[in-house]
Order: sequence, then C-alpha cells, then structure tokens
Amino acid sequence: MLPNKSSLALISVLTLAGIDSGADPTAAGPNLGEPADRRAIDSHDRGIMPDGAGLPAGGGTAVQGKVSYDNLCLSCHGPGGLGDSGDQLAGAQMQLTDEWPEKTIGAYWPYAPTLFDFIRRAKPMAQPGSLTDSEVYALTAYLLYLNELIPEDREMNATTLPEVKMPNREGFIQVLD
Amino acid sequence: MYILYIPVNTLLKILTSANNKSLHLAAGNGLLDRRLFLQGGLALGGAPLLAATTVAATPARPDWMNRPGEPFSHYGQPSPHESEVARFASPNRVWRNNGVSWTPLHRLEGIITPNGLHYERHHNGVPQIDPDAHQLLVHGLVRQPLFVSMDNLLRYPLRSQICFVECGGNSNAGWNKTPSRAEAGYFHGLVSCSEWTGVPLSVILTEAGIDSTAQWLIADGADAFAMNISIPMAKAMDDAMLALYQNGERLRPENGYPLRLILPGWEGVLNVKWLRSLKAAAHPIMARNETARYTELLPSGKARMFTFTMEAKSLITSPSGGMVLQQGPGLYQVTGLAWSGRGRITQVEVSADGGETWAPAALQEPVLPKAFTRFRIPWQWDGAPAILQSRATDETGYVQPEREQLLAARGRHGFYHYNAIVTWSVDKAGSVSHVYAAQQEQSGADLGIDAGWD
Ligand code: HEC
Repeated sequence: MLPNKSSLALISVLTLAGIDSGADPTAAGPNLGEPADRRAIDSHDRGIMPDGAGLPAGGGTAVQGKVSYDNLCLSCHGPGGLGDSGDQLAGAQMQLTDEWPEKTIGAYWPYAPTLFDFIRRAKPMAQPGSLTDSEVYALTAYLLYLNELIPEDREMNATTLPEVKMPNREGFIQVLD
Repeated sequence: MYILYIPVNTLLKILTSANNKSLHLAAGNGLLDRRLFLQGGLALGGAPLLAATTVAATPARPDWMNRPGEPFSHYGQPSPHESEVARFASPNRVWRNNGVSWTPLHRLEGIITPNGLHYERHHNGVPQIDPDAHQLLVHGLVRQPLFVSMDNLLRYPLRSQICFVECGGNSNAGWNKTPSRAEAGYFHGLVSCSEWTGVPLSVILTEAGIDSTAQWLIADGADAFAMNISIPMAKAMDDAMLALYQNGERLRPENGYPLRLILPGWEGVLNVKWLRSLKAAAHPIMARNETARYTELLPSGKARMFTFTMEAKSLITSPSGGMVLQQGPGLYQVTGLAWSGRGRITQVEVSADGGETWAPAALQEPVLPKAFTRFRIPWQWDGAPAILQSRATDETGYVQPEREQLLAARGRHGFYHYNAIVTWSVDKAGSVSHVYAAQQEQSGADLGIDAGWD
C-alpha cells in the first residue's frame, strides 16, 4: 500500500524533530527529560496510599487535635465538625439510604489514611502546607474520634492509622469506565 | 436583556405559500426539515435569525464614521456592548477561592469556548506559576524517573485536539425536585470546548519507561489544594495529552498554566491543572476527590466510583430559559450543543411537543469525537405554548436518557453525572423557562440537592 498524505506528513514531522520513527516506541520523543534523584522525588512525593504507604513518622491524639481544630478549622467546619461554610465532617444522623444522606467521614469515607493525605496537602485553606506531620496526625485523630471510630486517647501514627476500620469501606462499586 | 428573535418573514411566506406545506414539516408543532436552512433557494443561508429587538434608526453616516477609531491593542478585548457575556461565579460563601464559575453557553455560538469564558472549578484559588520554576516530575514504577522543564516540553512534537472538558458536577441542579430557574449556561455550563495543543502523554511515559505492574497514574497539581487524583494507565497511554496551549495561546492561569492534563471525554476533575507530578503506581491513591467526592451515591447506599466517561448530553442553547420569542409567532432557529465522552455525536433530535414527535436536527460540521457538536433546526412557532427538547445519540448507540429514566437508575443523591434531556417550556407570550417533563414534580418547596459544591 502506498503511504497516504497524512502518514507522509507525520514521517516528515518526526524526521524534522530528529526522531527515529522505527519500531522502538521509546524513540517517539526527543528524550529531553532529566533524571530525577531520590531526594528530589521524596520531597515532591507526599501522597499517602490507602494502605498507609507513605505515612511519615510522628503521631498525635484527638485530645491534641481538638486544640488545633478549634484554632484552625472550627470557623468553617463548625463545632465538633458538624459543618458550616465548609463540609460537615462528623455527626451524621441520616443513613446513606435516607432521603437526606450525610456523607461524613464516618459514614462515607472508605480509607482512614486518605484523611491524613488530604489534610496535609490542602489544610488549612489560608496556610496550606503549614501543619507539621504530628499536627496532621492529631487532627486526623480528632476527626476520627468525632466520628466515633477511635477513642480520644488513641494515638494515630503510621502503624495505627491504617488499622482504623472505616464503616463504609465496602460501600463503593468501581465502575472503571 | 436577552437575545431576541426576529422571524424571517420572507421565508415564512415561501413556506406558507408552498403547495404542500407538510413537505417541510419534520415533526409536530412546527419543526421543519433541517435542510431548509441549507437550501439556497430559500434565500435563508446567511440571514441572521438572532438580532437585537430595537434597531435604532441608522443615520446615513453614524458617529463612529466621523472620527478616527481606537488605536491598535496588544491584546484585544470583547466589545463593551458584550459585557453581559460573562462567566457566572458561584464561590463558597466564606472561602471565595473555592467554587465554580459557569460558561455562558446560552450567549455563545459555534463550538469553541473563548478562553476567558472557559468554566472554572478551583478548590483553593488560581496559582500564579512562574513557568521557569515549574517542572513535571514523572516517577513511581518507571525505569527512569524524570524531570521535564516547560521549555523542554515545548520542544517535543506537539499535537492538537478539539475536545470538551466537563465537570462531573455539571447540570447537577437537575437532581433538584424543583426545576432550576438559572439560564442554560449557568446550570449546564460547567462544560467548555477548546482546541488543546500539547505533547501526547504516552510519549513522556514511554521515555520514563512504565513498569508493566503500573496500572495507574497518580497526578498532582501545583495549586494550594495540591489536587491529586488517579488515572488508569490505559487512558494515559491512549489519548491523554500534556496540554500547553488552549485555542492557540498558552493556557490561561485558571485553566492550568503552564501545564495541565487533558483526558478527552473524561470527567473534568481528572484533567489535572497546574500539573506537577505523575506517579506510576499499581493501585489508585484513593484521594479525597475520588472517594468522598466525585462518587455517586445510589439508592442502595452503595456509591459508584471511578465513573470516568461523560456520557452523551445535549442542550438547546437558544431559545432557552430566560429568553423571550419577542417577535411573536414565526420562524425561529432552534440551536444547541451536543457532546459525548465516548466519541462522535451521530444524531440530535428535537421535539417541540414535549417528546411526542422528534425531528432530526442538522449537525454542523465539524462533527468531532469528544467535542461539542452544534445542531440547528428551523421551527415555525404558531404562538401556542410549546415544549422544546433535544436528545443526543452518540456513535456507540447510546441515547441521552429522559430525566425519569436517569432518576430511576440513579436515585436523587448521585450529585454527579447528570445528563438527562433538558426541557424548555415556551408560553403564549414567548417566554422560555425550564420545566421537568413530569408535571407532578413542578410544584412544592425547593428541596435543593444533597450536597454543596464540595
Ligand atoms: C476557610 C474555611 C475552611 C477552613 C478554615 C478549613 N476548611 Fe476544611 N474545607 C473547607 C471547604 C470549603 C471544603 C470543601 C473543599 C472542596 O471540596 O473544594 C473543605 C473540606 C474539608 C474536608 C473534606 C470533607 C469531605 O467530606 O470531603 C476535610 C476533611 C477538611 N476540610 C478538614 C479541615 C481541617 C482539618 C481544617 C483545619 C486544619 C479545615 N478543614 C479548615 C473549608 C475550610
């Protein structure tokens, strides 16, 4: 078969860009990426996986977290996480099958480590990134405590946080489409 | 004021004088053959059907012809007479950097959204990023972790694609029990369509060498929310793009400058703006925005998650809610937009009698996959109350559902992925308003939806 016009154009574009359009797919670009070293990657990579992978050292309890919450979070999320201009975080009265479902952390969130991931990356809104890891653990503990998932004095850390059983863990259907 | 309509009397005369008027009828209540607009014989082709109500008497030599005009500009702005063509912002009531702004679809034409009117969803404001201090990190399950600078990325072979981006929460007022009174764009306008230009994501991923166990790509944004979300590797290697340009110019800050992901046809939240890193992983990260939000609660209490594709939807943008058929009975052009995250739109049908009968609308070229498709059909309004609807079909055969069908399948608390048929009611005075097809739902208190914009 003769190459049509558009494939000819493609070949010439690739040739101009100095690309070998041979079989090796790794040759599809000019390879201008620069190797990233471990330290640079670690400072970028702050994500926490649902099994807790990536959780840092440190720890905190709900008792400690309440102090930070009242200072930094209450103005938007209300006393005890009952919600205000920011989402309701705890205290769901309605079930997920009720007319007014309340998708709080305790009622809806499938994984506890997500809470650490989210608070550390995004909170508080006015000074994101300003919390220490132990403060984040303490805030996480407080929100889990408000949702009656852990006792007030239980320390949340890299070992204990992934162990917290979230009631809605099996509540999701992965559509993947 | 709204755009108003002037019936084309000439065409009307031709139509009414035709021996067999039914020749032109395509469906009940005055919908005419879509080809009428194209037939040169009707002298209609370029005739504008939309015009201002009152055309002031035109002097032989208007004022602006009697003095020199404005000088050149470095960056052109819309006419001051078009100041109402604007996004409508709905921020969080306390934290104004969180919320959305809507594209005024009802005031736009064609299929391309102007850059300044592309919808916005920000979780904590628009970062002002210095492109020289911004890099993309590709890491995780890769042979060689890489940093790519913006300058270097611009040296890769680029490609362009016209496609829509639609927020998963678009049209969510449709779940309300009371029909929204907002104008069309201010309740369906969390969707916009642009020509995006960038580097195919597969090129960079191939350069880093993705491990065969990496089924997911975790994307992070460089905004104050540090937005993160998981994307299946198959999509990343298929048609995903590292976008640098939007409609010919570099991305606007509110659309991800200097770099964003474009995943054609997929839910807006996955098209991460201000893209800063991509981590190849065996599993999704289960971020807050793919678990607590952007999941759809079903009546069973279970929730759908990883609902990526935006299914086919259509919307009549003109006439639409808040407009008036000011000139009374006559010929109007019904026009709107259709799009599907699964590919091309193959058909848009329009009804003027509340879904009793349907006529195929003309699809204006180009009809592109995963992009807005503009549709048009002539409609002869007889002055009686009418119910206008549009229904899209895509190339997979998927047909846009009735609202009742969608509610039956999903319940009321899904919040995201609302794509049901939109119904506009035209009253005797020509006023257009949003209604639900099932009459019993239109009374009663405003019951709102189950969650706010978060
Ligand atoms: C200025 C107001 C404000 C402050 C202060 C604030 N938040 Fe938020 N918070 C919000 C808003 C608004 C959202 C929704 C964000 C979105 O979805 O875009 C939110 C969302 C959340 C969520 C996710 C809830 C869900 O179910 O998805 C959590 C958890 C949270 N905040 C925790 C905190 C913590 C902990 C603090 C204090 C360190 C805090 N917030 C301080 C406004 C605030």
